[in-house]
Amino acid sequence: MTVYLPIAEMSVSIFLLIGLGAGIGFLGGVFGVGGGFLMTPFLIFIGVPPPVAVASTANQVIAGGVTSAYSHWRRRTIDMRMAGIVVAGGFVGSLAGVLLFGLLRRFGQIDLFISLSYVILLGTVGTLMAIEATRTFLRRRHATAGRRRLHQHYWAHGLPFKMRFPRSRLYISVLMPLSLSFGIGVLSGVMGVGGGFVMVPAMIYLLGMPTQVVPGTAQVQIVFVAASATLLQAIQHQTVDALLAFILLIGGVVGSHFGSVMSTRLRGEQLRGLLALLLLAVAGKLLVDLTLTPGDIFTVVTQRI
Amino acid sequence: MARAVLSCLLAALLLSSLGRPAAAEPLTADVSTHLIAITTGFTGSDVVLFGATDGPGDVVVLVRGPEGLATVRRKGRVAGFWLNVESVRFERVPAYFSMASTRPLEEFTSPAVRQREQFGTRYLRFDARREPSAETIARFRDALIRTKTDDGLYAGAAGQVRFLGERLFRTNIRFPANVPTGTYTVDVFLVRDGEVVAAQATPLVVSKIGVGADMADIAHRHAALYGIIAVLVAGVAGWLAGIIFRRN
Repeated sequence: MTVYLPIAEMSVSIFLLIGLGAGIGFLGGVFGVGGGFLMTPFLIFIGVPPPVAVASTANQVIAGGVTSAYSHWRRRTIDMRMAGIVVAGGFVGSLAGVLLFGLLRRFGQIDLFISLSYVILLGTVGTLMAIEATRTFLRRRHATAGRRRLHQHYWAHGLPFKMRFPRSRLYISVLMPLSLSFGIGVLSGVMGVGGGFVMVPAMIYLLGMPTQVVPGTAQVQIVFVAASATLLQAIQHQTVDALLAFILLIGGVVGSHFGSVMSTRLRGEQLRGLLALLLLAVAGKLLVDLTLTPGDIFTVVTQRI
Repeated sequence: MARAVLSCLLAALLLSSLGRPAAAEPLTADVSTHLIAITTGFTGSDVVLFGATDGPGDVVVLVRGPEGLATVRRKGRVAGFWLNVESVRFERVPAYFSMASTRPLEEFTSPAVRQREQFGTRYLRFDARREPSAETIARFRDALIRTKTDDGLYAGAAGQVRFLGERLFRTNIRFPANVPTGTYTVDVFLVRDGEVVAAQATPLVVSKIGVGADMADIAHRHAALYGIIAVLVAGVAGWLAGIIFRRN
């Protein structure tokens, strides 16, 4: 059974889309990330034009984000003050990202930029997580129970405009979460990802937030940033295929539910280690694609007058 | 049903062409439908073209989609990575092009005629925006035609126009699932002794119909409203899922 996607202007099997949504939703549920970083490359792979893939993924990411933010909100594991700051930074960032997207598209380098951003981001985050997970794993084996600090202090803690975040037990410069969320907002605008896979580790390692409030707070940011990216793409480029996003999210919500059930059976460092491997695998694939000789060195983009 | 309609139309055509003096109407043709509706389950469509001539001769049918701009980019190797290094913009590129004829064109037309009437993809006249070397344009042109052919939007080989008896002819025009929307023209030519002696143009509209059409329409005309609805639908769906799974 095929369905005609009105904005992507193509017919796709509805079961393929639901399966794609469910599979990526499952992985997202297991690792506590939106899965947008997997969705966009897959959609491009099945023939959805890259601009439509990016904008529709942003739209689809909202649903999963709301589901999990809602469950975190009920369990009171969200730092609302921090969420407010990162939403503000993310909003401005996504605006910049959508404008950058239009600019790159005009210069014909959007595909390269998307691929390279993925390689750099997934590679860096994946490597850092792999190192950290291995360390935790080893430490647990050797069982050295020393008293740990809440977090490490480094140069960024000397920045001005300090603010208290009681829920996260932090007293840090507001510039840290602002600049971080701005950067992730830009990514969301350009790559159609919610940015969970960057935001979660950054909140833990860079901001030093307690692990239990991180996923919920990150989800609030993801919802708002994805929503503003969707809205801006819709207004600026008319590339949001709401039907595509809707079919994907049907599979996505079911998959992510079973994924999160699965995640409770795995230990923290095992999860992080597996996610690290997944990120590195995607980055490696994209890097190889950039360096391999393409099947056709010519590409065509058509435009109505 | 379609067959019955077709035979009625053919009969009507035949009567009208017989009723008048032959010289006045050397060529008459029409298509089985003037509207191709792209609905949610659209998987492509076939349109039957039929017509009559006033005597022997060869028939060529050209179908052309709406014209637009096409940017062709060439990748090159820079520091180990493949990235877009060169581009040529073409104007007046038809979104769709297909052709059908009674015999292979080489058997009854000269290259000059094919060139003039644009019989075949290699004779399509695109205008290159910037003027690099003629050689570069030719390479990018070939790439454009090849890509369009691979997408099923340009027919590489000419289809078959069949004569039913002396004067009546018919052919099938295939529109694939990814056919772009817009106004198409169907041009029918009658060729005798290597020259085009009569031609007729018929419009054909490809249009989205139903929910999909309304969505695309709102997305372009009320972009902000569309964006807000898209965000709300996704948000509400996620929220409902949260409530449903909480019960479990």
